[in-house]
Parts: sequence; C-alpha cells; structure tokens
Amino acid sequence: MIAMEKKQLIHGMLAEFGSEEAVLDAAHRTRAEGYQRVEGYTPFAIEGLAEALGSSRTRVAAMTFCFGILGAIIGFGMCWYANVISYRWNVGGRPPNSWPAFIPITFELMVLGASMGALLSMLGLNGLPQPYHPVFNAPQFQLASKDRFFICIEATDPKYDPAQTRKFLESLSPISIVEVPE
Amino acid sequence: MTTTTQEDLHSPETTMVLRPGQTYAKVTDKIADLVLTRPFGRGWFAAVGITGLLVCMLMFAVTYLFGKGVGIWGVNIPVAWGFAIVNFVWWIGIGHAGTFISAMLLLMRQDWRTSINRFAEAMTLFAVACAGMFPLLHLGRPWKFYYLLPYPNTMWLWPQFRSALVWDVFAVSTYFTVSLIFWYVGLIPDFATMRDQAKNKLVARIFGVLSLGWRGAATHWQRYQAAYLLLGGLAAPLVVSVHSVVSMDFAEAQVPGWHTTIFPPYFVAGAIFSGFAMVLTLAIPLRSIYGLQDMITLKHLDYCGRLLLVTGLIVCYGYSTEYFMGWYSGDPAESYLNFNRAMGPYAWSWWMIVFCNCVTPQALWFRQVRQSPALMFLISIIIQVGMWGERFVIVVLSLHREFLPTSWGMYYPTVWDWMTLLGTIGFFLMAFFMFVRFLPVISMAEMRELVHSTGGGEHPPKSFHPSYVK
Repeated sequence: MIAMEKKQLIHGMLAEFGSEEAVLDAAHRTRAEGYQRVEGYTPFAIEGLAEALGSSRTRVAAMTFCFGILGAIIGFGMCWYANVISYRWNVGGRPPNSWPAFIPITFELMVLGASMGALLSMLGLNGLPQPYHPVFNAPQFQLASKDRFFICIEATDPKYDPAQTRKFLESLSPISIVEVPE
Repeated sequence: MTTTTQEDLHSPETTMVLRPGQTYAKVTDKIADLVLTRPFGRGWFAAVGITGLLVCMLMFAVTYLFGKGVGIWGVNIPVAWGFAIVNFVWWIGIGHAGTFISAMLLLMRQDWRTSINRFAEAMTLFAVACAGMFPLLHLGRPWKFYYLLPYPNTMWLWPQFRSALVWDVFAVSTYFTVSLIFWYVGLIPDFATMRDQAKNKLVARIFGVLSLGWRGAATHWQRYQAAYLLLGGLAAPLVVSVHSVVSMDFAEAQVPGWHTTIFPPYFVAGAIFSGFAMVLTLAIPLRSIYGLQDMITLKHLDYCGRLLLVTGLIVCYGYSTEYFMGWYSGDPAESYLNFNRAMGPYAWSWWMIVFCNCVTPQALWFRQVRQSPALMFLISIIIQVGMWGERFVIVVLSLHREFLPTSWGMYYPTVWDWMTLLGTIGFFLMAFFMFVRFLPVISMAEMRELVHSTGGGEHPPKSFHPSYVK
C-alpha cells in the first residue's frame, strides 16, 4: 500500500544528454525498448525527435485552416449582409452584392482568423499556459532551455519500473539520471 | 570609418552569418546577459530621456490638436491630406521589413534572417503603432473613431465596405495583430530561457508568466513549428496586401498622379525599401553598442544592402512609369503634373527623392560599400529621408495643383505638424530602446539551431532550415 502511494508521487525518470545526436539516438532506443509514455525536452526544435517518440502529425494545420475559413465567411458575410440585407444603398449604379469590392476585407479577416487559429490551437493542444509541471523539479532542468537535452520516461508507462528503467537509461550513457517527483 | 580591404572580404565576418567558435551556451548567455546582467548605462538613460522628451512633445501637440482641431495643421483645401497622411504611409512602410524578414525569408530558408528577425519584428510593431496614430488624429473628431468599425448602432449605419479607406482599417489592424502574434510566438521559448537564466526571483517570475510555462517538450516543439510556419505563410501575403490597400487609398481617386495601376507593386517595393533602411539604421548601432558583431555580421549588412538595391531599382522603375504614363495618357492634368514635379514650386522635393532613392542606392553595387557599417548607416538615413519625401511628393504635389487652376494653392506645414512627426520618431525610438533592454533582441532558440546547423559557425550551413520548414 505504502509502495503504491509512493509510486503515485513520481512523475518519471529524467535522463540528461549533451547533444542533439545523443538525445535523438536515446529516443529511438527508448521506443525500441518498448516504452510508450516518453517525452523529450530540448532547447530548440529537433527534427524527427517528436516522431521518434511516437507523436504523429499535429492537428495545428487543420485547425488553422478551419479558423481561416471561418474568418473568411465572417468577413464576406458581414459585407454582404450590410449591403444586401441591412442597408441597400445604390452607389454609382453598382449591384448591392458587388462582391469584388468585398474581397480585401474577406482576405484580411481570413488571415486574422487563421493566425488566431494557429496561435490558439498551438497553445491549446500543448496545454499552455501551464504554470506548474513536475519536470521543473529536476535540479538540472533549467538547462533544458539552454544547452542540455532530456528524455523523460513517465511513471504512468506500463513498463516503468524504478530499478529496471534506471538500468536501461544508464545503458544510454547520459550525463545524469534523476527521478522526478510529482 | 574603416574601408574594407580585399583581405577582409574573405574573413569569417564577411562570409559567414555566424562567427566561428559559437556554442549553445555561448549564444544564449550573450543574448540573455544583455537583459539580465548588463548594468543600465548612462548612455541608455540619456537616450530614453531625450526620446521621452520627444514623447512629451507629441502628447502636448496632440492635446492641443484635440482642443483646437485640425486647423492648427497646415492642411486646407486644396491640400487636405498633409503631414498626417505622409507620416502614416511612411511609418506603415517602415513597418513592412519586420514581417518581410520573418515571413518571406523564413519561407525562403534564408538563414541570415535569424539574427535580425526579432528586433525587426519589434520595429514593425512600433512603426505600425506610430502609423496608426495619424489617421485617428487626422479625423477631426477623433473621439468618433469607432464609426470606422462595423458595430450595431442606433443609426442603423454601416461603414462603406466598398471604400479603400475602410479596407485600410481592416488591413492595418489585422497587420498589427498578426505581427504581434508572430512576435509573441517567437518569443515564447526565449521567455522560458530568460526565466531559467534569471537570478532575480521577481524577474524569473515575470518571464515565467510570459513564457506561459513553456518547457521545450518535443511534442510541443512539433506543434510550435507547425504553427510558426503557418504564421509565416499567412503573414507573407499580408505584407503584400497591407501596402497595396494603402496605395488604393490613392489609386481609387481620380487625382492626377494617383489614379494608376502601378501603385500597389510600387508601394510594396517602396515599403520594403524604407523598412530595410530602418533595419540598418537600428542594427548598425545595436551591434556595435551591445557587441553583437558575432551574430550580426557584415554578411547581414551585405544582404540588406542587396535588398535595398533591388527594391530601390523597383521604386525608380515606379517613378519612370509614372512619368511615362503622364506623357502617354495625353491627359493635360497628368502631363502638367510631370512638369510641376520637376519645375514647379515643390521641385526641390522631387529632385530630393530622385537623389535619395535613385542615385544614392547605386553605391550599393559595390561590396566595399555594402560591408562598411558607417557608409551603410549613412545610406540608410538618406533613404529614409527620401522615402518620406516620396510620400510628400505623392500627397502634396498631386493635390496642390489639380484639374482646375482656379483652385490651385500651396501647402505649408506648421510647427504642430513638425512636432507631431518628431514626436512619433521619439516614441518609436523610445519603444525600441526599452525593447533592447527588457527583451532578448535576438531569438536564442533559433540561434542555437543555427549553431547546430553550422557546427558552431565553423562551416556554412549545409542544409539549414530553421526546422519550421521541412
């Protein structure tokens, strides 16, 4: 019982690496070993790391597209409603629905909508803003935003076992290994 | 002033976008320390003090304007668009380089953008803020500015959605918002670095809040890259659209010299021309005062110089097309404008812009010029004066002698016009001085990536793609 409670309080096992190549190699080997819930932490975007850790394509592009279409519909709909339904007004004999004149506003609101979509979907899917996260408890973790690369095998992983996992991580020859409290 | 010798042309500084011997930690410390540990010098306080006084002058001029009305300016019939519109177009043009660097050069995989995109984006935001003031101040009844926006009102009225002036409201406000989003998204990983580097608890807390809890997780980076690339793709057409819409404010009218189809491309090229000049005006002192020569190398000045040359030639082509069309149209008002520009009472302004925007940039054909910081600084100032003059020519010379000679007149700016112009320059510079001390001026995350792809600056990047571009 006590042992189980203790296990609940652990977020995972964090291994520190000194280079991009090392962390990418470690990620591949961790996945090959059968670990499912693994996350990497790096100071800059590393090509292929998320894929190596089993993350497939993101939904950011699809959501950006939807927000962009929504913005365009709002933009055109507003001009159309104002000139065709709400307040018909003959300007220089042009038809009420003089759509070419509505395109600049439609375009601007499409870009605005899509940009909002890109920002909000990126933050939303990443779960940001998130003021607290257990990995910040790791002593060396402030270097993850500078020049160190980390792999974290999370305690919720079915294969996670404090002794076994530490042994496996040691075989990857990292700079340090720490158990991160929840 | 140093002249570049033949030997220097092959030194790392002139051939590389990063000096050799850089590491992740070194570039991070260099940029973060500018904010976190560097003491505030007397020079900085003096600069902020002087520009702060200019801001006070701006507030004084604006307060008096609100009290008395636009009659305190030199505007009247026939020249109802005076300095306010000249300054608006000038500032909006300067604001174009930031997004051009961030978006277009990102999509074209130009690795040299990395060192300059952050402060160019900041420059864009401040310039657009300056630009945004002028149409509002020029309204006459600025407290009714919200009439420009579509909102449900008791008068059952809508803005005229077929007018370029209303398009402008949407274009400029969208441009500001998207530029701000782009800038902030770029800053998020750097805020996290600042949070982790800060020794002071309060500073760490502030940067921690701004970073939104960014921790550099691999899956987060994946979505971040997707979002950043998409924002680049969205901002790139926006750069073109904003100044096109601004040019349509003119081109929609029948006024001689305005009613022409060359305006959108010619305005966009002019905007990038003046924007890159401002990038150089800011980058050259910045790199020497803050010792950033390792990251903003002579190669950057060289590339900016080439872009100035190209866009300058497009601007000159625009001038020639205007002259050709004035003659070819056979319209008496248009052909009189040709004469009036070169020989009329404002001929000085026309010859000034020919000198500043057409003759001066020809020096940029020479690499020795492009790689001399002092000469580039001088040229960038001349170009900005020239581009301000170009907008003066477009606005004032077309309006002051239109179709009917009975309604010809002259335009003289008053002291209030000058105070407002100088005041916004002060506002722009003060905001920039604040920015260089309180935020990282170069993107640290992208610099680390550049260090990786160049092997610490030891070799030119083989396949540099800021990894946002797959």
